[in-house]
Amino acid sequence: MAIGLTHYLVLAAVLFCIGLYGVLTKRNAVILLMCIELMLNAANITLVAFSSYIVPALLTGQVFAIFVMVVAAAEVAVGLAIILAIYRGLTDIDTNNINLLKW
Amino acid sequence: MGLATAFWIMAIVAVAAALGVVFLRNVFRAALALILCFITVAGLYITLSADFLAAVQILVYVGAISVLIILAIMMTRDVQRGSPANKKMRLPALIVAAALLGIMIYTVTQTAWPLSAGAPLTPTTGALASQLFGEGGFILPVEIAAMLILAAILGAIVIAREK
Repeated sequence: MAIGLTHYLVLAAVLFCIGLYGVLTKRNAVILLMCIELMLNAANITLVAFSSYIVPALLTGQVFAIFVMVVAAAEVAVGLAIILAIYRGLTDIDTNNINLLKW
Repeated sequence: MGLATAFWIMAIVAVAAALGVVFLRNVFRAALALILCFITVAGLYITLSADFLAAVQILVYVGAISVLIILAIMMTRDVQRGSPANKKMRLPALIVAAALLGIMIYTVTQTAWPLSAGAPLTPTTGALASQLFGEGGFILPVEIAAMLILAAILGAIVIAREK
């Protein structure tokens, strides 16, 4: 059975849902960021797969994937800085205990 | 044939590594599993003949983002009681994730994609460069991305530095 577009899309869906499960259940803030990276990678796989199976000469999907990588890098830098700042104030990164904005 | 074998190896390792990120107790081991997942995604890009993106994936994710994540794990070391999961949230999250997965797989397999018969362009580096910087390309988003990176770096420094 030849590998087609569907294989890549299903694989990306599986990775995305594993990341989603992690984001919904985990309490360690660093693990949350790692799961978000997993989901962004799954989205990138779909973009590149669409690019090479549907518009193979245009590369539009690969350009989008590059922009997703840029945004992911910016997001992880700011997110980890926020986690470090929270850790410095509360000495804890358990998302159950970070409830300063909750009333 | 070789491509199919490569795809299945990458797919199995990627899913196993992603499960490791979610289910390993030790945060540091979860980070290592995440790096393995990034590497297999780069391999998947190669099977899709996206050579430049595979190199960028290794450089940006395996090189930079994983270093940042491991640094954050080291800095928050004394809360390292593993990565506990919310007991209450486990079942609802499983239901939501499984339902979404079912819907996505159903949609993907039922849709008739307008597949193109042409072979993918290789090598992609020059073509990507003319898409990004050339006439009628994506030059404005590239400049906005540069501004975004600059703002993110400044913001990260301001947020994370000692008072």
